[in-house]
Amino acid sequence: MKILVPVKRAIDYNVKVRVKADNSGVDLTNAKMAINPFCEIAVEEAVRLKEQGIAEEVVVVSVGDKSCQEQIRTALALGADRGIQIDTEEKLESLQIAKLLAKLVEKESPGLVILGKQSIDSDNNQTGQMLAALTGMPQGTFASKVEVSENSVKVTREVDGGLQTVALDLPAVVTTDLRLNEPRYASLPNIMKAKRKPLEVIPAADFGVDLTSKVTVLKVTAPAQRAGGVKVASVAELVDKLKNEAKVIS
Amino acid sequence: MSVLVYAEHDNHQLKSETAKLVNAASKIGGDIHVLVAGSGCEALAQAAAKIAGVAKVLLVDNEHFSHQLAENTADLLVEMGKDYSHLMASASTTGKNFMPRVAALLDVAQLSDVIDIISADTFVRPIYAGNAIATVQSQDTIKVMTVRASAFDASPESGDAAVATLALGGAAKGAQFVAEELTESARPELGAAEVIISGGRGMQNGENFALLEGIADKLGAAIGASRAAVDAGFVPNDMQVGQTGKIVAPQLYIAVGISGAIQHLAGMKDSKVIVAINKDEEAPIFQVADYGLVGDLFEILPELEKSL
Repeated sequence: MKILVPVKRAIDYNVKVRVKADNSGVDLTNAKMAINPFCEIAVEEAVRLKEQGIAEEVVVVSVGDKSCQEQIRTALALGADRGIQIDTEEKLESLQIAKLLAKLVEKESPGLVILGKQSIDSDNNQTGQMLAALTGMPQGTFASKVEVSENSVKVTREVDGGLQTVALDLPAVVTTDLRLNEPRYASLPNIMKAKRKPLEVIPAADFGVDLTSKVTVLKVTAPAQRAGGVKVASVAELVDKLKNEAKVIS
Repeated sequence: MSVLVYAEHDNHQLKSETAKLVNAASKIGGDIHVLVAGSGCEALAQAAAKIAGVAKVLLVDNEHFSHQLAENTADLLVEMGKDYSHLMASASTTGKNFMPRVAALLDVAQLSDVIDIISADTFVRPIYAGNAIATVQSQDTIKVMTVRASAFDASPESGDAAVATLALGGAAKGAQFVAEELTESARPELGAAEVIISGGRGMQNGENFALLEGIADKLGAAIGASRAAVDAGFVPNDMQVGQTGKIVAPQLYIAVGISGAIQHLAGMKDSKVIVAINKDEEAPIFQVADYGLVGDLFEILPELEKSL
């Protein structure tokens, strides 16, 4: 079975973002970029399935300009076999990304597509579900456990009240939650090897997908800042403040 | 213009999110219809009919919706949704699961985790773990969105809408429910609680979470946790508050032994009053806390319990 893993180049999760003064967006100049943490978990899961002999090939794909090749190489260093960059300069929305990926699924016919549940920049949590819809595949979102058998995959999902397990016919789409696995670190030899692995660049235009979005960002602002609080010296003072000043307990 | 609100429920009880979504929907204008899709949930439709502002409740009761599988629910919403200008679900794990599927099948964008509604086509949503707030406008014919319930007050219970039963929906191919393992708790749900007390890595182990229970009982609070506490296995993951866990906005949030990483703050910084208890006075949590107490939580917690 072939596994397709879409990955995204996103701001490093430790970076505190700054909103641009003209409110047009977030300032990413010189910001440290990385593979989105949930995508890293997706790559790790695919590589583990390959190590267990369940998958034969792991293909990573990223949609974006040339800079996202860096994240594809990272995924290759983690154990993926080959990479595809769907080349576009545009900042695309989830629906357009899902349409491009759906075309790629048609071309590559993977048995399983594993994505991160959300990217930590747009926080949309949409692409996997949309891809499943467009390809008619069943979906196992927010996965914390994935068990693949011959024609199906059992996915344990993290839901609000606890856990839910679903069985999906293959091919299927799975999106990863944080607790699915602990991604490995790429070793130096593997980073060197990754440089020689195949990386195909396909212009987004070749897919014949309409990339226009009907959603426009009017402005991006900084969130309201909380006024600085006070330190209290004792439990008694804390309880007193909560009762008489904040009036949140009685 | 008309809005279809997907009712959040567990087949036994209508969740508090539904009344909050109805209030959010009222900011759009037009008729508000509430869809109750589930199994054996007629009483829930009656409860939804009492929410002020609801023009009509649509009940779809059949076994295919008992576990609200995305495949089945999305097909239903696509079938019904074409008659509406707006489709709205809570940004819960249920809504997040099926709504993007609905949007893709209708060939429209989806707006995630909306926290404010400016007009029928302009919405506000947080990005970058809540460190930036985007105002977006959608020209799509049907606006499909998930709404952060904690950002809206609940619509009161004074309505008297009619309930219409619809015979719709079937089983989509390819996906089956196998099992569920829900965390049982007598405490209020995290998303709906007025008071939340959360523990982090500083709790040191799962047994020590018992120190929070006495306080939670006295305050009628829910117990939450940081990712560090969940990853360390102290507590189950559905207790996680943060960018990837639950997003809460209670009246009072007490963070115990939580440093205050960006990802945790994303889930609780809209709480009305924040209290931080931490032995590290440099911990970032103190920058958002209204009241901070520096000290050893193992001494502070028993004392706090006694003084309540």
